[in-house]
Amino acid sequence: MTTATYTTPDPTITAVPFRRLLRVELRKLTDTRAGFWLLTAIGIITVAVVIVFLFVAKPEDLTYINFLGATSTPQGLLLPVLGILAVTAEWSQRTGLVTFTLEPSRLRVALAKLVAVLLVGALAVVVALGVAALGNVAGTVLMDGAGTWTFGIPNVRDFFLLQLIGVVQGFAFGMVLMNTAAAIVLYYVLPIAWNVLFSMVDSLAKVAPWVDLNSAIAPAFDKQTFTGDDFTHIAVAGTIWVLLPLALGLLRLLNREVKSA
Amino acid sequence: MIIVEQLSKRYGAHVSVDNVSFRAEPGSVTGFLGPNGAGKSTTMRMMTGLTPASAGHSTILGVPYAELPNPGRHVGVLLDASAQHNGRTGREVLRLDAMTMGLPRGRVDEMLETVGLSGAEGDRRVGNYSLGMRQRLGIAHALLGDPQVLILDEPANGLDPAGIHWMRGLLRTFAERGGTVLLSSHLLHEIELIADHLVLIGRGKIVADGTKAELLSTVGTLVRSPDRNALTRCLDTAGITYQATDDGAYVVDATSEQVAGIATRDRVVVTELRNADGAGLEDMFLQLTADDAREQVSA
Repeated sequence: MTTATYTTPDPTITAVPFRRLLRVELRKLTDTRAGFWLLTAIGIITVAVVIVFLFVAKPEDLTYINFLGATSTPQGLLLPVLGILAVTAEWSQRTGLVTFTLEPSRLRVALAKLVAVLLVGALAVVVALGVAALGNVAGTVLMDGAGTWTFGIPNVRDFFLLQLIGVVQGFAFGMVLMNTAAAIVLYYVLPIAWNVLFSMVDSLAKVAPWVDLNSAIAPAFDKQTFTGDDFTHIAVAGTIWVLLPLALGLLRLLNREVKSA
Repeated sequence: MIIVEQLSKRYGAHVSVDNVSFRAEPGSVTGFLGPNGAGKSTTMRMMTGLTPASAGHSTILGVPYAELPNPGRHVGVLLDASAQHNGRTGREVLRLDAMTMGLPRGRVDEMLETVGLSGAEGDRRVGNYSLGMRQRLGIAHALLGDPQVLILDEPANGLDPAGIHWMRGLLRTFAERGGTVLLSSHLLHEIELIADHLVLIGRGKIVADGTKAELLSTVGTLVRSPDRNALTRCLDTAGITYQATDDGAYVVDATSEQVAGIATRDRVVVTELRNADGAGLEDMFLQLTADDAREQVSA
């Protein structure tokens, strides 16, 4: 109450800038035990799989792209949880009461959260790129590995794309369900069940890449990169599994009543 | 300044808040009083944009809440002290709020100090806090942005008597400096000592609204005599209506001067004669609570 007026808003106070919302959301990802250990686990497991791969793989398989491939599975499993927690904690821990009174524009809060999880997801991929490189060097020196570095810009792009799609999908599921447990379970179970259905029924196998995101992104591992058709598959399957839930989740977030109980 | 105009909230067929209008003025403490489930929290959530209103609208400092730039700097809101992440420390909770509002880091320590959560307590996780400590943290959160308006839902809940006394002083000072305070409670005695203005709500409707003096003036005078027959005879003769209280006194529809006058004339010994301060208010409030309780039993 440094101002003299008590009947109108202090005109010197301006809206909360987006970068401040972003900084707050980034901090929220790391300042709880759940968030801290999730990020720590992602880091430790990324290093661990590279070490394991170093010792179990055949020397001719010790290439940069294979090391990187090894990191992508655990990261692909864990990074989406980050996306889920970023949204669901506001409801399960009821912090939404504070978050949405300090910034009434829920769209801005959602955007800040999305950018925050994307930044952390991208950072995890950068770490994976570095750790895989160290693994490849160690493979050449210690295990007489092939040590091939064949890896182009398309590969880098694909790895980022792959992990960030997962992060956004987790974020979308978290927003649709607004419940940590339900979002995590459905995020893992639903695509797997869907994938099983489409890979087991022959007549469906053909359309699988169009409607099943796992089938759509499989070429990243099979062919080591995406080509023309693959992007169309990703676009269509991604719309169904990522963009649609994202839109539904946003709609729910914008209209839901924020209550304490 | 808070203006609530014809706010309503319907959940299907159930009307939770029904055409509620009231004002909370700068420089005063407005008590929002009603039994549990009367619609206080829903009204406060509508005022702060968390719950969409079915009808009506409200403004704070002349603007709808959602249109306040950086609202934490204008309005301190505490809707549920337990709605904090259990894994964060008290200091971290305030740190996040301060970051959002764009406040210097020192403000957090200052507020922890103000609410008595300095040092080690501020560094404990909120999950380990007692309800009283959470309320203190919640009040620190509400005051953090140095706002002109406070909206507090049941802030005294869980505070010990010393804590309530402390909060009373804090809110009084805030109002004396020109701020607007709206606080809710389901306990009359908790609120009547601190509020200048009372808004009573029951089953979603406003049932009384006025300054404490106005509401109290309508409730008459309390008079007690060892000779109850003589007193009632005297009142009957004067044509003054009265009602017996549980402990043998009478609440009469007259000023204390009038009662003193007729008692002296009729030589009735009076051992107690005063404003019925809140007895009527209490009755009105209990009536609301009782109606609500009955409804719950029959439902």
